[in-house]
Amino acid sequence: MMDEIASHIMDIVANSLTAGAHNISVLIEKDNEGPLFILDIKDDGVGMDSETAKKVQDPFFSTKTGRKVGLGIPLLKGTAETTGGTFSLTSEPGRGTRIRVAFNAGHPDLPPLGNLKDTILVLAVGNPEVNFLFTYKDSSREFVLDTAEVKELLGGVPINHPEVISFLSKYLDEHL
Amino acid sequence: MNLEELKKIREKAQKDVELRQKQARIRVVVGMGTSGIASGAREVLKTFVEEIGRRNLTDVVVTQTGEKGLASREPMVEVFEEGKPVVVYGSMDPERSKRVVVEHIVNGNPVSEYAIEVM
Ligand SMILES: Nc1ncnc2c1ncn2[C@@H]1O[C@H](COP(=O)(O)OP(=O)(O)OP(=O)(O)O)[C@@H](O)[C@H]1O
Ligand code: FES
Ligand SMILES: [Mg+2]
Repeated sequence: MMDEIASHIMDIVANSLTAGAHNISVLIEKDNEGPLFILDIKDDGVGMDSETAKKVQDPFFSTKTGRKVGLGIPLLKGTAETTGGTFSLTSEPGRGTRIRVAFNAGHPDLPPLGNLKDTILVLAVGNPEVNFLFTYKDSSREFVLDTAEVKELLGGVPINHPEVISFLSKYLDEHL
Repeated sequence: MNLEELKKIREKAQKDVELRQKQARIRVVVGMGTSGIASGAREVLKTFVEEIGRRNLTDVVVTQTGEKGLASREPMVEVFEEGKPVVVYGSMDPERSKRVVVEHIVNGNPVSEYAIEVM
């Protein structure tokens, strides 16, 4: 269902947005040589109590209790586990949520990273009131985009202004 | 290319910002639940965002929502325009999105072919 890691990112961040987060950080860390591929997403949204945090990881559990079944978290957990990796979700009501996944980069079932550029672009300009910190690291380079910094440089001009959209699109093409 | 270039945009764009202060003329909202994303909602949102950048539509705002739509009609897009009915488009893709930008957003004629609801 999710054929790109970048789509999982979009989806997990969508949860953070629904949870009312104002600050969201997304870290992707790849080791070109080794088996390490980390995805770490943190938000300061409403959070979950520990019982909910457990439940949302299991779609079957949710079905039995008759709740609407969420797919986003179980799908990511599934991708992590099929590749022999690990998934962890920590959350605190009123403070926020963190999801950290380690994929096994060498596994044949690991989906490609996919279009990270589009994911970053649409998140940044589609949610102007939220601050995002995107970090991509591999053994040869590091890319960081902090939308709080972008907004500061822009003064009162919104991050979703057409000229800013065009700029960010080119900037990501060039630097990411 | 450097983020400092944003300062130039800031000077140039200040005028539109004053105009836009009131409220955007049109708001486009793209549904971004899991099934929406799995069926291509990110590409749809990206198309709207880039068309608005490319055509310099300073009075249009595109945002996303995590709300679930009708799973069978995803990706879904809602277009809000002051004083007009809300149009909900279903089964969107980049090509359809471009047509909605030109016909509905720029020329003011909703694309009835793709509309699944007008409220
Ligand atoms: N970052 C978060 N902060 C607070 N609550 C969260 C967060 N992420 C998930 N949740 C809770 O976990 C539930 C399940 O999330 P999940 O992504 O699996 O499904 P969903 O978002 O409800 O539906 P969808 O299938 O569209 O993703 C959410 O409905 C929400 O209650
Ligand atoms: S977005 Fe989850 S059901 Fe359609
Ligand atoms: Mg979700």
